[in-house]
Amino acid sequence: MWSALKGTIASVVFLYSGIAFAQHDLSGYDVPGREISPEMEAARNHAHMHHGGENFVYVQGDRLEYGSGDGDPHMLWDAQGWYGGDINKLWVKTEGEILLDDGEVEEAEVQALYSRAILPFFDLQTGVRQDFGPGPDRTYGVIGVQGLSPYLFEVDAAAFVSNKGDVSARIELEYELLLTQRLIAQPRAELSFALQDVPELGVGSGLSSADIGMRLRYEFKREFAPYIGVSWSRAVGDTADFARTAGDNPSAVSFVAGIRFWF
Amino acid sequence: MIPRRSFLGGSTVLGGLAALNIGLPPWARSAQANDMSGLTSLSGTDFDLNIARTPFSVDGQRGSAITVNGQVPAPLLRWREGDELTLRVTNYLDEDTSIHWHGILLPYQMDGVPGVTYPGIKPGETFTYHFPIKQAGTYWYHSHSGLQEQAGHYGPLIIEPKGPDPVVYDREYVVVLSDWTFEDPYTIFAKLKKHGDGFNYQKLTLSDFFRDVREKGFRAALDEKMAWDRMRMMRTDILDVTGETYSYLVNGHGPRDNWTALFKPGERVRLRFINTAAMSIFNVRIPGLPMTVVQADGLNVRPVETDEFQIGVAETFDVVVQPMEDRAFTIMSEAMDRSGYGRATLATRPGMEAPIPPLRERPLLTMKDMGMDHGGMDHGGMDHGSMGTQGADHEGMDQGSMNHDEMKPSEMEHMDHGEGAHDHSAPAEPAHDHSSHQSSTNIMEMAAKAQMQSANAPAEKHMDHSQMDHGQMEHGGMDHGAMDGMMDMSVGSMEMEKHNHPGGPGVASEAMMPTNRLGERGLGLENVPHRVLVYTDLASLTPNPDIRPPEREMELHLTSNMERYMWSFDGVKFSEVNGPIIFHEGERLRLTLVNDTMMAHPIHLHGMFFDVVTGGENAHKPRKHTITVKPGEKLSVDITADAVGDWAFHCHLLYHMHAGMMRVVSVRERAGHHNNHNDMKHDHHDHGDHAEVK
Repeated sequence: MWSALKGTIASVVFLYSGIAFAQHDLSGYDVPGREISPEMEAARNHAHMHHGGENFVYVQGDRLEYGSGDGDPHMLWDAQGWYGGDINKLWVKTEGEILLDDGEVEEAEVQALYSRAILPFFDLQTGVRQDFGPGPDRTYGVIGVQGLSPYLFEVDAAAFVSNKGDVSARIELEYELLLTQRLIAQPRAELSFALQDVPELGVGSGLSSADIGMRLRYEFKREFAPYIGVSWSRAVGDTADFARTAGDNPSAVSFVAGIRFWF
Repeated sequence: MIPRRSFLGGSTVLGGLAALNIGLPPWARSAQANDMSGLTSLSGTDFDLNIARTPFSVDGQRGSAITVNGQVPAPLLRWREGDELTLRVTNYLDEDTSIHWHGILLPYQMDGVPGVTYPGIKPGETFTYHFPIKQAGTYWYHSHSGLQEQAGHYGPLIIEPKGPDPVVYDREYVVVLSDWTFEDPYTIFAKLKKHGDGFNYQKLTLSDFFRDVREKGFRAALDEKMAWDRMRMMRTDILDVTGETYSYLVNGHGPRDNWTALFKPGERVRLRFINTAAMSIFNVRIPGLPMTVVQADGLNVRPVETDEFQIGVAETFDVVVQPMEDRAFTIMSEAMDRSGYGRATLATRPGMEAPIPPLRERPLLTMKDMGMDHGGMDHGGMDHGSMGTQGADHEGMDQGSMNHDEMKPSEMEHMDHGEGAHDHSAPAEPAHDHSSHQSSTNIMEMAAKAQMQSANAPAEKHMDHSQMDHGQMEHGGMDHGAMDGMMDMSVGSMEMEKHNHPGGPGVASEAMMPTNRLGERGLGLENVPHRVLVYTDLASLTPNPDIRPPEREMELHLTSNMERYMWSFDGVKFSEVNGPIIFHEGERLRLTLVNDTMMAHPIHLHGMFFDVVTGGENAHKPRKHTITVKPGEKLSVDITADAVGDWAFHCHLLYHMHAGMMRVVSVRERAGHHNNHNDMKHDHHDHGDHAEVK
């Protein structure tokens, strides 16, 4: 499983670097009869690359929180980051949950994606996702879009095909409501869908689960904000039945506290 | 003319700087520490300038700056028209540096732009600039390497005229406006790339919405919010980097340090304002003291009296004031977004202070700033020759509910769109100055429907009028401007702006109906209750050297995507172009700039002045090196391509330039008329759209 993951990440990186670092043709500047020194040529390349061609590293911890309520107390992480320029990026996302009572990883996943800006406000993303958790580990192919929709909803929607051929999809929506310049309410919804029952993973076909929350954060700086909130998760349909069979409650409300940061 | 280079052995040239007034040049020292009886500066024809990192403090907080001769701002250089200069610039940094002489006419090899005119100055090297001075006036100089300008590498220069100065004054001061941050400029840039709104703490909040509800009613307030939110455009995006990180400096002094200039009552004091900031456009005023503008961008203009002016980054304005009373005056330089201010004092004795006016409410962008306000349409810019029904489907329009009874006779005049009813040749019609106009929600609704996002098919770029719900418009509440635009549409007399440039992820918006705004006040000054300088107030003092009509026209769009912090010309970043914009030696051309973005951009051309087409007297068009193009604006400048060589052309907002809003203009020697075709193949910027030029 690790080798498959590493192999895919390596190929995504390779594909990405080939696109991002292609040498740029500056022959249009040549004037007949005017010599260009190697020093000047280097400066010209540098000037071009440093006026719009630079790469950056971004890391965002969107939700790093402690939750407690109907379910067991747990820690949840939801982070992402990228490396790249305006158009091409290598994008990594990870999220998961650890139950604090027994330290068991309830669920965890990592995605490595090649992300390409296709519209002013949207990126197309493709790559792989690897799940780690109590059940059987799965590897997925991913295709999705991420960006800002009209009316300012942060959207992250993706479809997944597992190495067993199972198809699922997930959409996350976030909205920001500025109560003041620094006190910000963030409603959030996450819906998961599956094309078929996957009993080993406890997932039923159709809308399988919904997670709806509201977090209230205070931005000491734009980059750093602690928050409190409430989150309601509900398994639906067959997924709920699988949960009941396993002795879990298909519906749970948690109160959460955490931090959000980026750099 | 060949630069001499020499390597330095030692590195201890800049030892022990005085702790007092650390890093400040003598002429910028506050009156408390310096009697200011005369400006201390470097003058002559031979200069040694040393660039190094030096401790620097603002309002008591200490940091370090990139300095010239240990000072921020760099030393005031006093040159004389007609002199031959030698300037040895030595780099004591551990990175490359450069000096660009902003606004100076010189051989392009001396212009100082790394990668464009020379390779730059390597650490430990000395580069010798050598050029003759062919002009006079107020200018400045700064680094063109990376983001060094933000770190303090800028300074003023004054060229004394060979003949008598037409400006009469008893005393003069240079007023260098800048923005200072203790953050690393590269950190600021990276932050903007990740969150373009990361410095904005003046966003619209829930309480703003409730205020709108109280003022306009729930439905109207919601409609307005929805129209902007649908487009994903932020009305508070006035300046990208704000007072959250910036201290606004005057001659290197923070507001608390209060730089002070002395005068005797009755004296005529010439203040040479230079905006050397990285990212800040300022509103400048001296409450209680009218200012007579006598020079813009180094060239004399017909004196014009005003109470306030907006100064874009890299612009200069010389004003003469004559305080008669024995008292202090505050020189207020308020950041355009009102997130902070610079302040200095004009006083008869050191230590005097005048009240500091409170910051005014931050402005909000309107639909006009998106190039979508039909009311402010400039009839001169419309191509009536090709009008017709193309791109405008009027069949679905319901004009039945238009309330013509409420229109005043003066408004009726605008309804007459018969041929010849308007003077279409004038670039700006003063009668159409709707600067104080606020867009109505209905206009916004309409505009939002027309989809700001760059459309793929050219046909989609035309607004589909059938989608406009004119029936719902409440004309009783509409102001003159909006109604005026309605009339225009009803007779199909308008031409949508063409966008013959790439779109893609870097272009989030396109101005559909950009207007000429040269006669309008700067953003946020629309309603201030005193005189404000506008570009159409400016006229050259003496007739311009070249008054030929342009032979060809070139259009360039200012484009961006704030969400990705991408900035470009014609949708293409400097990193993506592979050749220059080509001018032909000796030609006279009209460059039309269309601002598709939501921000004001001070656009600067190196090596040549351009004549701003204000609609005023042809021989007295104001000549500038930098012009602030308002959001949603379409303006033209005429250029005489008399300086052969490669010249940088860019937005002077430092981080916009760094993000790619830059090009090279190459003035190519005319070997013969037949050779021009070879050049044309590289000329991606000439859209072949040679509109009629008057």
